Amino acid sequence: MNTRMQVKLLTDGRRLHLHDGPIDLIIEAFGEMHQIDAAYRAAVRRFATVLDELCSELSLLRRPYDAGGPQPGGTVAQRMAAAVAPYATQTFITPMAAVAGAVAEEILEAMTSAVDLDRAYVNDGGDIAIHLRPGQRFVVGMVERPDRPSLFGSAKLNADQPVRGIATSGWHGRSFSLGIADAVTVLADRAAMADAAATIIANAVDLPGHPLITRVRARDLAPDSDLGDRLVTQGVRDLDDSDISAALDAGSAMAESLLSAGLIRATALCLQQQTRLITQTNTKLKITSSHGSLVHA
Amino acid sequence: MPDDDAIRCDACPVLCYIKPGRAGACDRYANHDGQLVRVDPHVVLDKALSRGASVVPFLGREQDWDGNIVGGTFVTAIGAGTTYPDYKPAPFIISSEVIGVDMVTVVTEGIFSYCGVKLKVDTDRYLGPEQNAVRAQGEPVGHVTTSEYGSQMLSLGGVRHLTGGSRHEGNVTCETLLNLCNGKAVELKVDEGATVVVQAGKPPIVNEVLEDRMRVGCGSATIGMFAKQWFGKVDEVVVVDDHITGVLSEHQAGKLLGVPETGIQMKGRRSTPGRYFQVADPGTKWGGTNIEDPLSILQSFNRKKAWPGLRLLMVSTTGEHYAYFELNDELKPVEKELSAALRESVARIKENCEPALCTVLFMAGAGGSLRAGVTENPVRLTRSVRDALTRVTSGGAPVYIWPGGGITFMVDVSRMPENAFGYVPTPALVAPIEFTLKLDDYKNLGGYTDHVRPLSSIVPGEGRRHVSPRPENPWPLAATKQNTES
Repeated sequence: MNTRMQVKLLTDGRRLHLHDGPIDLIIEAFGEMHQIDAAYRAAVRRFATVLDELCSELSLLRRPYDAGGPQPGGTVAQRMAAAVAPYATQTFITPMAAVAGAVAEEILEAMTSAVDLDRAYVNDGGDIAIHLRPGQRFVVGMVERPDRPSLFGSAKLNADQPVRGIATSGWHGRSFSLGIADAVTVLADRAAMADAAATIIANAVDLPGHPLITRVRARDLAPDSDLGDRLVTQGVRDLDDSDISAALDAGSAMAESLLSAGLIRATALCLQQQTRLITQTNTKLKITSSHGSLVHA
Repeated sequence: MPDDDAIRCDACPVLCYIKPGRAGACDRYANHDGQLVRVDPHVVLDKALSRGASVVPFLGREQDWDGNIVGGTFVTAIGAGTTYPDYKPAPFIISSEVIGVDMVTVVTEGIFSYCGVKLKVDTDRYLGPEQNAVRAQGEPVGHVTTSEYGSQMLSLGGVRHLTGGSRHEGNVTCETLLNLCNGKAVELKVDEGATVVVQAGKPPIVNEVLEDRMRVGCGSATIGMFAKQWFGKVDEVVVVDDHITGVLSEHQAGKLLGVPETGIQMKGRRSTPGRYFQVADPGTKWGGTNIEDPLSILQSFNRKKAWPGLRLLMVSTTGEHYAYFELNDELKPVEKELSAALRESVARIKENCEPALCTVLFMAGAGGSLRAGVTENPVRLTRSVRDALTRVTSGGAPVYIWPGGGITFMVDVSRMPENAFGYVPTPALVAPIEFTLKLDDYKNLGGYTDHVRPLSSIVPGEGRRHVSPRPENPWPLAATKQNTES
């Protein structure tokens, strides 16, 4: 029995909060009361062992993914490995880049296989797995900086589109980033895929060697970081518009290549209040930026 | 792998190695000087410590973390509008019973684009001409306004700098206000004036000189206060002051004591006997003037009245600068050591000068939509505040409500909890504001009574941070005026 785990309904009486170690999930299911109840019970049952499963093979998951090497055994870990595999031959990436999305996917699947729900989401610190029955949709708000939340855009997700995963990466977040993006939000077919892609694109939004960017070895901040000696972003001062454009160009180029490879469906890149939206031209996906339309007191 | 100074957290099976000043993967447990401590959810330890937020030692004291503050709990608005991850500003409307009366506290974080700070800088040193721009990082963020007794006043922020100028000007203004309100030091430069480092509750640093004391009075007032102590120990005293320089032998106080004329002749413009304006230009040296040599404000002594051996003390209004002279046979002042008695009188001036501080008042107006978050009929809230049926607090600290229309308030940021302010990229400041009133009154003014929830429904630990109330603040839930009284 996992005695660390915390389970509670949020004060709105609708959403379920699950917490264990570094994992915090906000879960909401939509349907009949008894369905929601069954879904939440299934989520809690599955969640109880997730952290221990991951930690049992943590050292493997913190190493760069190697298709020819030993493969992880846990179902969440396998989701992580599958999500980062497409990138592993070209760049440094460890399965940890997809851990949040993979956990969200796993819990959502436990809920939807237990009961038929209209809609549901599992939000793992901004990496979100969603379930939509035909005809249903979600509107998702996007935030550029968690320390000063305000919406910079929104995405409308309909059941007839393939998107079931959303992830956001940026240097302000809890995970380290090699790039300078305030936020890269990715829509992909699965949450773990979105998570890995957001990491890759956020890393690509960068101005290597720029004097206004503070970088620190990941190891110096967290001795057991999977990023080791790699320099992670710890500060970005006000950049001029041409620098912002150059960094967003680099990230956009990466995003375009992931888009054409089918790894993502759409993405929004945000750097110092400038936003790039990248979607397929023929898509019905609606993703919009609303900068400058803040609510005043 | 582990560094020498990292500690291993065993709160969960991730078993993070955590460096000093850092938090583990969860952001909940952190290394504070080699001790594993629990910090607020989603607050990185660096920030928590630098802003003085609460940290609680791990193990054995968990009950402290969830415990209530003695005397009850008041929910401040800090963090209320930031219910990450669902991104919607969701004001909490909380009921709690206070001495048998159902009270309601409507808690929200206001986004204020009409806001700024009034900064009082206790110094006589010249910061710059009135009305001139005050800059941070080269951007205008405010201006020098009417000075007060012993203090220079700066008015910073406001909508013109926040949103009326360039994007950079707005961002720098926002950052400056945020830092000042959250108790951090800020360097400001006045056009054609001084560079001053200001921080709420700390002495100002003017042109790299730490201001120690506020003057006890102008030069003339200082003569009046200390004339008796100088009488008989010295023949003449000049108290150097940028505003009014005092001369003992000519001053009313000297006359009353029978101090004889000394033949001293001052530069500057004589106001009334023994009181001189403009003996020098304003500056950051002696008594807020630009002089380093006190003799530069004297003309030669009148040969008919002065005498060799005449004893002259010159001192600034704060006692910070002083010098003692005796006239030689040519009636020229020659600097000499002070006697013990004169030293004591200088120390007495210094002692009577209060510690110089920078004080920061945050001032903002609660707009219609903020008020609409409290009641369906916003003007009733305004009236209720006017009638003192509703108490307004900011982070639990008392506020002064400016008379007239709207709800324009001022609050001393040093009475608010640490890290009470945030911002949005508009740019605008986010500040807490709470409205406390009787439940019945809340119903009467069209409040959202169906959204009222009991204090107990706020789950402990659910992003909830406990801080000790500041002893100087009245308890926010103390009975407000009873509606039924009248």
